[in-house]
Amino acid sequence: MTMPDGWEMVVGLEVHTELKTNTKMFCGCANTFGADPNTNVCPICLGLPGSLPVLNVRAVELAMAIGTALHSTISPSTFHRKNYFYPDMPKDFQISQYDLPINAGGYLDLPDGSRVSIERAHLEEDTGKSTHLGGSGRIHGADRSLVDYNRSGVPLVEIVSGPDIRSSAQARTYAAELRGILIATGASDGRMEEGSMRIDANVSVRRSGEALGTRCEIKNLNSLRSLTRAIDFEAARQVELIEGGGTVRQETRHWDENLGSTSTMRVKEEADDYRYFREPDLVDLAPDQAWQDRVRDALKPMPAERRAALKGRLANPNPALLDALEVVIDLGLDSYVIAALDAGVEPDLAFARAANEIASDLDGVGNLSAESYVATLRMEQGGDLSATQAKSVLAEILANGGEPASVAQSKGFERLASGALGEVVARLIDENPDEWARYRAGDEKLAQFFIGQVMKLTKGQANGKDVIAELQTRR
Amino acid sequence: MRNVRDTARDVQNGDASALSVLEESLAQIRRRNEELNVFLHVDEDGARAAANAIDGRIARGENVGALAGVPVALKDNLCQTNIPTTCSSKILEGWRPPYNATVVDRLLAAGAIPVGKTNLDEFAMGSSTENSAFGPTRNPLDTSRVPGGSSGGSAAAVAADMTPLALGSDTGGSIRQPAALCGLIGVKPSYGLVSRYGLIAFASSLDQIGPLTKTVTDAAMALEVIAGHDPLDSTSLPEPSPSLVAHVEDGVAGKRIGVVRELIDGADADVVASVERAVEALKEAGATIIELSVPEFRLGLSAYYLIAPAEASSNLARFDGVRYGLRVDGDDVTSMMEATRTAGFGEEVKRRIMLGTYALSAGYYDAYYGQALKVRTLTIDAFRRAYHQADLLLGATTPSVAFEFGSKTADPMAMYLSDVFTIPSNLSGEPAISVPFGTGEAGLPIGVQLLGPGRSEGQLFAGARVLEIADGRP
Repeated sequence: MTMPDGWEMVVGLEVHTELKTNTKMFCGCANTFGADPNTNVCPICLGLPGSLPVLNVRAVELAMAIGTALHSTISPSTFHRKNYFYPDMPKDFQISQYDLPINAGGYLDLPDGSRVSIERAHLEEDTGKSTHLGGSGRIHGADRSLVDYNRSGVPLVEIVSGPDIRSSAQARTYAAELRGILIATGASDGRMEEGSMRIDANVSVRRSGEALGTRCEIKNLNSLRSLTRAIDFEAARQVELIEGGGTVRQETRHWDENLGSTSTMRVKEEADDYRYFREPDLVDLAPDQAWQDRVRDALKPMPAERRAALKGRLANPNPALLDALEVVIDLGLDSYVIAALDAGVEPDLAFARAANEIASDLDGVGNLSAESYVATLRMEQGGDLSATQAKSVLAEILANGGEPASVAQSKGFERLASGALGEVVARLIDENPDEWARYRAGDEKLAQFFIGQVMKLTKGQANGKDVIAELQTRR
Repeated sequence: MRNVRDTARDVQNGDASALSVLEESLAQIRRRNEELNVFLHVDEDGARAAANAIDGRIARGENVGALAGVPVALKDNLCQTNIPTTCSSKILEGWRPPYNATVVDRLLAAGAIPVGKTNLDEFAMGSSTENSAFGPTRNPLDTSRVPGGSSGGSAAAVAADMTPLALGSDTGGSIRQPAALCGLIGVKPSYGLVSRYGLIAFASSLDQIGPLTKTVTDAAMALEVIAGHDPLDSTSLPEPSPSLVAHVEDGVAGKRIGVVRELIDGADADVVASVERAVEALKEAGATIIELSVPEFRLGLSAYYLIAPAEASSNLARFDGVRYGLRVDGDDVTSMMEATRTAGFGEEVKRRIMLGTYALSAGYYDAYYGQALKVRTLTIDAFRRAYHQADLLLGATTPSVAFEFGSKTADPMAMYLSDVFTIPSNLSGEPAISVPFGTGEAGLPIGVQLLGPGRSEGQLFAGARVLEIADGRP
């Protein structure tokens, strides 16, 4: 969306990311998604009377890795209690960081050349998850509420940007780039659909050149699409309100994905007083320089550096190739693509099979070596495998492992003899005279029809290019 | 009832069975518990099973630990697996913890026999055990008087010869004050010496678990067992348990002992006289006595009554009816929580939750909680200066002997003043011990208090032993 003439939006994002630790932040319970409700719980993460938290060192390390990647200053920090009553928070306070966060300051450079400042990236614990039955699906008016405490005590880092973002597109780019960084640091799996990355957006509008307007905070945007739509809706709402003579009220708003609109959750005047104070059950956190250095040395290259390295391999990338490149960066599949390019595989193919086939079965990457990826693509490029067959070979290796040549053989994938292909094409022309006539008259779309029929008859063994060549000779 | 040392020795040697010791303990509980209201729960079956297990191990020639067969009473804010744990509050009635406090595990590992859970001021908030939802505990030495608090049930258990050892918790004096009022040794260890895991928190930065016993040696034996690093408590000191029993007979020759005016001023004349006689006894044993004034101690009470309620307001938030304990239904979750907390908490607990909530609120934090933290720092600095001049400090434990029921309940401030001499050690996190020394009004015991710098428990036991001998208990 473009803002109306003379208007500017000002956006800052608060991104909560769950840290990919084996255990929770303050106890030994497994940190996994999708277990049966209330099975990954213990006296500590249930906040039972008498239990005490003990900080997970791995969570601290991942927080430091995030801070290092965002050019933050890692500082001696403390934990505070944020006090408020809510049934999914078993102690009725959240352990968080307040005036002294572990990561202070920093910035994130975006692929579009802009820079967004980072105010802080601090550690805190996640709450449980409530499900409200009946009513609107929110706590007020629900018939019953059920709470799953599996998520209670899962470590989070909250990354707060400065109010530097000026469009929903930039917000999306920031969130996507940050997601790439979180994955690259090993801190997060970046799975927004599972809630491992959740975004709150602070949105205000102003007439160009004027002071900052009153902001509204939109909570829990759980996809990049929601983020973009919610910011656009909210900015437009505020402009319309002001142009109509109204004023924006500082409040927290809820984004309704189905309605495509935001609505008031609570106004600032009603906001809780969280009565922050130092968490007396934890000691101060002051990672020494040696520890900070170890974290820095262990960091893998960040997306920006990897993107530049891959782009350097491409002469005149088309938009589809650039899209595939972003997927490859996002999912960390660089090594496959680089190996393929090194072996002389065409860039389109080298990127496409990674961005599509490998991306569709990320759990299987342990089964697929870069060598196997290259070998499969070379077979495809040399015509020993059709595209369909190559995809099938990759899928099989990702699922069950194996070597490309033997997988292809066991699937019966052999190059179709050119004579055999000619026979099939001739038969199809006989059986489909109307389609053949239209193709001969110049309707190129019919080529796809014939390719499809050939594939069906040869069980995918034919190569599309060979079919077209065969058709051309008979045209 | 025999003391801890003799009981453990007899059981270890096979001169007495753990079961016979236990039966003696249970019989005394049956004789006096109805009158005194000491135990809220007695686990006869569990205790017998534990005693039989000890006897079986002794029969097989196994090493059974330093507290073999010693019956122990647990303040009912300490978690023991599957044993009702109430904090003397209706809000936790019926709750059974699924785990042991670290101190309970350590007692069991040392062969001790937990017999039951003792009464306290609700959530350890009080100085007389009159704030219990399950009725007050009576002082076994004079049943018209309070045993002190909040560990009043634990003190009464030992004073009434029900068990030779009890554990209490001390947030502002809650072990030392009832020890003084019941004529016992009571120890508030250095903060972090004893794990708080499984102690239901009142004020986390002040709470410490410690023993109540009849003799100094017994207290040292018990503290050695429960002290030492615990990975489950982040504030636990890193070292293993110190050697304490070995230092009980070290004496005080050559030690500098500071008599602190602010730990005596305002006490009754009989209490002051006891402290003066304690000074003479220490001098006679070779200590150098120094008169000290530490004016910062006067500020301690005010700081304490902001810091402790502030932490409590947060620690007690979890009792909301959602997961365990009492639930009073309401129209929605908020009204359910309100109704539960209104019905479940007693007056004193509510008073402190409100005080603490107020002290932490935006706009008041700096003036109250923030200011109290500054006073706490001043207190710590004042102790440090005092310990440049003296090795240990001496004062009264309480301003008076045990008082009568109802005499202070109408005036919270009068009750709070019971803790004026004990609070400074909680603010600084340093150890202190109360030792019976002489008697006062109506022949009731008087406690004097020795205070020391962090981890000086060995020296405190040595000083306390000198006083114990001088008071006629060789």
